Amino acid sequence: MSIDRFMTALFLQGGYNVTLVVIGAALLGAAAGASGAFVFLRRRALVSDAISHATLPGIAIAFLVMLAAGGDGRWLPGLIAGAAVSAAIGLVIVEWMARETRLGEDAAIGAVLSVFFGAGIVLLTVIQGLGRGQAAGLEDFLLGQAAGMLASEALMIAVAGGLSTLAVWALRRPMVLVAFDPAYARATGVDVRRVDLAMMGLALAITVVGLKIVGLILIVAMLIIPPAAARFWTDRVDRLVLGAAVIGGVSAWVGAALSASADGLPTGPVIVLAAFALFAASLVFAPLRGALAAALRHRRFQRAVHRRQGLLALARDEAILDTQTLGILRREGFLRRDGMATDAGRAAAVEARLDEARWQALRARAVAPGGGSVALTTTPGTLVEAGDAIEGLTPLARILTPDQLSRLDAEIGLGRPTGVTGGAP
Amino acid sequence: MTAADFLMLDAVPMLIGVLASVACALPGNFLLLRRQALIGDAISHVVLPGIVAAFILTGLKSAWPMMLGAGAAALVAVGLIEAVRRLGRLESGAAMGVVFTTMFAAGVLALELTDTAGVHLDVDHALNGNLESLIWLEGAAGWGALTDPAALAGLPDALGRLALVLIAIGALMALFWKELAIATFDPGFAATAGIPVGAMSVGLVVVTAVAAVAAFDAVGSIIVIAMFICPPAAARLMTDRLGVQVASSMGFAAVSAVVGCLVAAHLPPLIGLGAVSAAGMIATVSGLLLGIACLAAPRRRADAHGVALG
Repeated sequence: MSIDRFMTALFLQGGYNVTLVVIGAALLGAAAGASGAFVFLRRRALVSDAISHATLPGIAIAFLVMLAAGGDGRWLPGLIAGAAVSAAIGLVIVEWMARETRLGEDAAIGAVLSVFFGAGIVLLTVIQGLGRGQAAGLEDFLLGQAAGMLASEALMIAVAGGLSTLAVWALRRPMVLVAFDPAYARATGVDVRRVDLAMMGLALAITVVGLKIVGLILIVAMLIIPPAAARFWTDRVDRLVLGAAVIGGVSAWVGAALSASADGLPTGPVIVLAAFALFAASLVFAPLRGALAAALRHRRFQRAVHRRQGLLALARDEAILDTQTLGILRREGFLRRDGMATDAGRAAAVEARLDEARWQALRARAVAPGGGSVALTTTPGTLVEAGDAIEGLTPLARILTPDQLSRLDAEIGLGRPTGVTGGAP
Repeated sequence: MTAADFLMLDAVPMLIGVLASVACALPGNFLLLRRQALIGDAISHVVLPGIVAAFILTGLKSAWPMMLGAGAAALVAVGLIEAVRRLGRLESGAAMGVVFTTMFAAGVLALELTDTAGVHLDVDHALNGNLESLIWLEGAAGWGALTDPAALAGLPDALGRLALVLIAIGALMALFWKELAIATFDPGFAATAGIPVGAMSVGLVVVTAVAAVAAFDAVGSIIVIAMFICPPAAARLMTDRLGVQVASSMGFAAVSAVVGCLVAAHLPPLIGLGAVSAAGMIATVSGLLLGIACLAAPRRRADAHGVALG
């Protein structure tokens, strides 16, 4: 592999075919990511694994039929049609088994996946046995091979990828509704079953179109990994879909370019590994649900608890024994080396005691609804979502308006707020 | 078909097919009841990277390092799935999908990038196994070969390995039968009764991995997945009793293997074709059995009551 060839392929300068393949892969990846997001939210990620493995007998039968009809046998649209038919049969069987028998959906998925694939392998060996030396192209469907694709095939994949993206866009509203809250969707008159069917149909279409590039063993990754990665970045359905489309598109783009720049580098695995790299980066670094952010949040919370408990102990003149608490208070200049409180420490302690009383009053109101005449429209639950605030620890003076604060103080019998920052009426 | 032909060409692949199928079907029963059927799917996908890693590390293409590598990969995969599920707060199906596709992709890529020329190690083999090539040349001597120690020494190694693994799995199942059954049906009660539920789950995964790895080399990953699921699923539709279910699943697995091997080797030549993949045919036969069970088995309905202990 040469960096040069990779860069030219990446920036669409690698010749007509390579450019078409890269664009087609990117469009397909985006469509797969977006429709995968809906499948992911409906918790049916692995149903698409059964669909993709179930394409193999269809591909082989389509090949045999086209050969018997005197054709080439490797005509891509014909193979894709065969794949779609057998994948649809597989999907119907999965749904039927899960509904009509006592077996779970997991068993239905595994059974369809392995049996269809096994039957497909049998048919592939039949084709090899015919000895016409034409079966070689079929094996590319297992792991994908973008290199050496015909221009017409690349064009077809690019067009189909674009069409699937459009279809996802057209169906986004009902699918978002069903993915977000199926019960509510049903109540508003959406036919959940039909939307689910359309969603799986879309996944099926993307699967069969993507077979030639990604291969049937790994195409499921294009439906699962991008939404799983996007989930770390957002809690909103529309952004999840968009993020999954971007992640899927980028990984397919980079993967196809990488694979086109080296001989014998199978396209599917490279695309999957590119997607996984984005997934791993999201898992660690995403600010919303990433592991690093979660660890930092946890640490910040822990420190806030230690600080508050230490200050309350100072206010009550109790001894502080916890070394972490002592360390935090010393670093903030609230304690001297010998353990005595500084002036700043005593002031902070008074402030902490006041804030604790305010929080208690606010919480008491939350558990006794209608108990307060004060116009505090916020409840503790919603306070937590206000920026970085931590319930019960962030000073209320920083969260409430001065007006709200003084009314709260009046209610807990403090008359007027003491000289706390920002608290003066 | 003469006795010599049968012994040389058919008997050994058939026997290996039966051993591999039964070894996979046994733990498959419990995976099925725990709704973890797809763990078997995930494990059989990650066997490939394990084998490739073992080959790259040791440079040897012998069975034991590869089995160790594959077993390690299975445990890594299960650990990773759990880690991704917890760290990412993902649904377990999605976590599984992320991990096993990635590991499989890494295995394929490593295979393509390292120089494995001259070594019989490729994706095709990983999927299909090489059941047909496990012939017993000494069997050409006829029935007498069965009592001839020199001829018996010529049997493929895989036969002995699989027999050993099947005996070990069978013994473990028998030994922990009661604990496994209770932990499967009622984990809450099992925990209060002092049964280590967590250890049982891990143990089941390890046994599953061992079965997958041992079977994989001879029969490829298609059969492994099919046998984890199809025979136990068919048996589950036949009966409410766990003991009967496990016994029938072993029967279904053995029938699939025997019929699959015979059909693959002898049916296509009758209509003028070459022999077809035995592994694929075994999976197909097991699927047909499951299909019949889905349509006609006595306990197939979704509303039938659960399995009883026994």
